[in-house]
Order: sequence, then C-alpha cells, then structure tokens
Amino acid sequence: MSITYKSGKEPLTQEHRLIFRNVDREDWNPSMERALQEGYYEQLKKALKMEPKAVIDEVKASGLRGRGGAGFPTGVKWGFIPPNNTKPVYLICNGDESEPGTFKDRYIVHQDPHQLIEGMIISCFAVGAHVAYIYLREEFPEAALIVQKALDEAREKGFLGKDILGSGFDIEIHLHRGAGAYICGEETGLIESLEGKRPYPRIKPPYFPAAMGLYLCPTIVNNVESLCHVKHIMEMGGEEYAKLGVERNTGTRIVCVSGDVKRPGYFEIQVGKVTMRELLYDMCGGPKDGKEFKAVIPGGSSSKILRCDETFKIGKGDDAKDLNFWDIQLDFDTLAACGSMAGSGGVIVLDNSRKISWVLNNINHFYAHESCGQCTPCREGNGWMKKVSDRIASGKARPEDIDTLESIAYQIDGKTICAFGEASSWPVEAIIAKYRDELLAETSEDNVTKSTEQVEREKFLQPS
Amino acid sequence: MNTSTDVLENLIASAETPGSKFYPAFSADDELNSKAAEAISHYPDDQKRSAVLPLLHMVQHRFGFISAPAIEWVAGHLDIEPIKVVEVVTFYPGLRQSAPGKFHIRVCRTLSCAMAGSYELMEKLCEVTKIDRSQADPHSSPITVSPCGNYSVEFAECLASCGSGPVCMVNDDFHEEVPAEKVQDLLKQYPAS
Repeated sequence: MSITYKSGKEPLTQEHRLIFRNVDREDWNPSMERALQEGYYEQLKKALKMEPKAVIDEVKASGLRGRGGAGFPTGVKWGFIPPNNTKPVYLICNGDESEPGTFKDRYIVHQDPHQLIEGMIISCFAVGAHVAYIYLREEFPEAALIVQKALDEAREKGFLGKDILGSGFDIEIHLHRGAGAYICGEETGLIESLEGKRPYPRIKPPYFPAAMGLYLCPTIVNNVESLCHVKHIMEMGGEEYAKLGVERNTGTRIVCVSGDVKRPGYFEIQVGKVTMRELLYDMCGGPKDGKEFKAVIPGGSSSKILRCDETFKIGKGDDAKDLNFWDIQLDFDTLAACGSMAGSGGVIVLDNSRKISWVLNNINHFYAHESCGQCTPCREGNGWMKKVSDRIASGKARPEDIDTLESIAYQIDGKTICAFGEASSWPVEAIIAKYRDELLAETSEDNVTKSTEQVEREKFLQPS
Repeated sequence: MNTSTDVLENLIASAETPGSKFYPAFSADDELNSKAAEAISHYPDDQKRSAVLPLLHMVQHRFGFISAPAIEWVAGHLDIEPIKVVEVVTFYPGLRQSAPGKFHIRVCRTLSCAMAGSYELMEKLCEVTKIDRSQADPHSSPITVSPCGNYSVEFAECLASCGSGPVCMVNDDFHEEVPAEKVQDLLKQYPAS
C-alpha cells in the first residue's frame, strides 16, 4: 500500500516514518473516521486484552527513551510508581513543546491527534491511570480545538469513559491549555501549573513525579512523541521495535532542522542511523549558496553548541577514538559523549554569516524572559547574562566581560531546583569555551562599563 | 464596589488602551458560568483550583484581557482567594492585563525565527500599523497597541515552528514564512475598522 504525500512534503529516502506516517499525507484529515480506516485503536484493543504489566514489559523491551529532552527510558519511568500505592495514578502528556528549535509535536497534535490519544489510553492502561491530562501549549489554539474534537469523538466511540470496550477499564482524558511559559515543559513545573499555581518546579527528591506528582499522587509525565511511540511498540512488539535504530538508542525520532540550511524541516529517522553529514548535506541540501556551515546546536537551544570543525575524543580505554563533527551519529549517547545532548531533537544550524555574539545574545534574552524566578541564581543570573551579552553584541563590552559572563554561567549551573539552570547556562559556557576569540574580538579595552555612580564613587576612593 | 475589588484594581490596573473599545466590559452570563462549571468538572472535587487557567482562557478569549472583576469571578468559582488568581495572571506571558488591539500579533523572537528575519518583520509591522515600540519591555509592557486600536504587537518566545520562520500569530491564526515584505498581504486579511 503506497501513501501519497502532499507535493513538496514527501519523506526522504533516509527517513523511516512511524509517527509521521500520516503527516502531510494527501487524503488525510484528523477525524476519527479517517483514523479508523487506517486501523487506529486496534492496538488499544490488543493492549486491553493483555496484563498491564505485560504492556510495560513491551515498552521496557523496546528500549524507548523519552523524546522530550532528557532521554530517560520510558518503561523504566513507568516502573517507578510505588508498588504499594493506594492513591489514584495520573498520566500527563507534556505537549508544551517550548524548547527553541523543536517543532515536531506541533504536527502530531494538528494532524494526527488520534495517534496520540490511542498511545495515551494504552499508556494509562499500563500504569493504571484513570484520569489523564494533555497539557498543550497555549500557542496552539487551533490544535486545542482539533484535540478536543478528537477526544469527543473517542468518547463517542467508547474508547474513553467507563468500562471502555467492555474491558472494565475506566479512562478519561482532558485537555488543559498552558499560558505561554517555557518552564511548564519541566515536568514538576507543569504539574504545579496543572494544579492552578505558578509553575515553580518542585524540589527534588523525589526525582520522579511517579513517586509524588499531581495532587501528590503518582504521576507519569511523557512527551507527545513518546506516547505516540507506545502505539507503534504495541503494533510491532517491543523486541521488533528495538531493532530500529542502534543499541541503547532504539526506534525512530523526529529531528527538526532550522536555521541556515537550504531545506529546513522535520525528518523522522532511525535513532543513530544518520550522521551530521547526511542530515545537513544530503537531507537538508547543505549550506545556503556562498555560505559555509559554522556551528550546530544539536538538541534545542539549551544543548551545548558544536563547532563544525571540531573533533571529539569519545569512548574510554580500548573504545577510545576520535570522532569528527560530520561523523556524529544522531543518537543520545554519541551526542552526550561529544559534550552536548540530543535533547528534544531540535537542530539549529548556523553558517559563517552569523556573529556568535548575536546568537548568544538572542539565546540569553530567551532564558532571561523565561526564568520562572524561583531560584535566585537563575532569576538574577539570567538577567545579568542578558545585560552582559547585550554589551558584547553591541560592541560596548570590555575583554573582561567575557570572563564575567562565564563566571555568571558557572554560578547558575547546578545551583537551581530544576534543570533550567543548566539549560540557560550551558549554551553560554559552550559558546565561550569554543568561540572565546571571536567574542574577544568584539570587545575593546577602550570601552567604559562603569556606571555614573561608580565613577562618582571612585573619586573618593584612595588609589591602591 | 467592595474593598476587595479596590485592592484588586490596584494589583491589576488594566489601563485603558486604544484597543479597549473593541472589547466588552467583563460580565458573566449563563453561558460563561456553565462553561466554567464544565471546565471545573474535569478536575477532582477538592482540586477546583486546577481550573484557573481554563477559566482565565475563557475570560481572555471573550473579553480580550483579564480585569479585576474577572479575577473575582474566577476566584469565586474556584473558592480561592483572588490573590491566588492574580499570582497566576501576573506570571504567564500568555495572559494579558489590559486590552490588546482588535488584532493581536505575536511575532516569534527566538533564534531560528530571528535568523529568518523576525526582527525585520516586527519593524515593518510597526511601521505599517504606526506602532511605537520604543517603550516596550519584555517583562513590564510586552504589548504595544496601535493608536487606532486595531492592531497590537508583541514579541513572543518560540512559537514552535522554527523550520518555517519567521512566524507569527494574529489572534488565534498561525502564519508561517512571513518575511517583512509580506506584511501588507498579511494585514489585508485583517482589515482595520
């Protein structure tokens, strides 16, 4: 059976489409009727006949790692619900998609909501959740209508509600819209937001909301894409699914490429089966005319930048080897070994026309805006980093400003309640480490950065 | 007007803007009340507070922004103190405290869109709609309304469509690949009244 895709949106030969099978397809729409023609909800029926534990075991066997950013094994996360639990269990779909550079969940919730809903119901059955929420970012108002309609259709068909399909299992899924805050992508921040409070992330431990989450009950929070994979794991079987991709990095994932390439876009690839060279040259058409690639931010704006002329020393002992930037395989472990991360799959490409100070400043503005303000190092530090990088980008900085900036970053990193501290300081640390000379070239000893107050004060100080 | 409303109006100033004329003053009718009850039913009985964002979205969708009386209405439905609604309203960039223009335009400012030209897009939008963004600040006053009240602009952080930048949203409509040159075409779809 061949599928016709919209003209100009056809998948490339390097792709392997599971999740995006129906995205940009001709004769496709997000209705239940269309979904049922494609055999949707069959995997749900199959799962309901299994033991919940068997479903979890399939997901564990698949090796699926979370697609939201951290890459934590989904099946293992599910296993963290305390065995003697007597409280209700909740499942939350994290549809906040707010990491700059990432635009994959957008297409799932707009074009294929039933894939998500089926994956969610199977997941709820596996973990014993009877109420689930889809936390959708506010910036997707159209998707909110589409997902709500899909939920209503699923209720009509008896896939949601009491005793679904005569299985004795009750499940209700509600849509909950966010309100434009990046921090709601952090799972405990999301939970606080869902509880109707300011989304201040919670202190760890407990490290996983599976122990204590929404309303202090065990809660599983999974990314949209991760939950969709569950449906395909049921279809293929965990072992078969694990054959996709490479060892410890199984399955497919959607890589979103933006920035300075000829053909930006989204590509569903087998994890680790595509290298940077293939992605940027073969799939994205290479750099724009007359330009050269300079650097790549490989996993959303908070991942550490990689220079295109870098060589990495990876592995230990006998496995140690040099890895050229272009030979990096796009999987969790290789990118981590290169000092960055696969994150949410958002690849931002910069060419040699971009000033690194401008890039740094843009990123700093983002994090200064999005810091929730709970922890002092992050709240104050991100504001300071923005001010210092404003100076650098506008040519008003002194050489020591680079060191100041670096020291601020290291004072945020590791000193906050949630990972936002790292998310905001890693880009700064990496850019300074790799492009110090370029940044220094934009500074000058002649610039004065003292405030008028400071100049006034110094008049009265004894020269040392 | 009771004292709690006075206190609230000090917290949520909701200053008049040129866009105010396009939005009705807050008043809760039966339809709004029943929609609120439906939203509250999605959460456990002892966790009504969870419905604060859904209720605020309903208010903002119909009345353009969240005013002090609206906050009292939300707090009343959820059996919580109004200050707990205020703290939510003042946190989220997606919730507004004063009227935007009839057409509120959010331009993505973040890296990929900025590389594709979102700053140029914003500049052109301001030029065409006669908006002066010189006093705008990402925290204290992100939104600037045109003198005629028809348009308002705001720099938003990542709208999650980085591959097709620069992108923007006009009210609930999403537009991708809108370089500065296409501003006139874009605004034609949203004629001033």
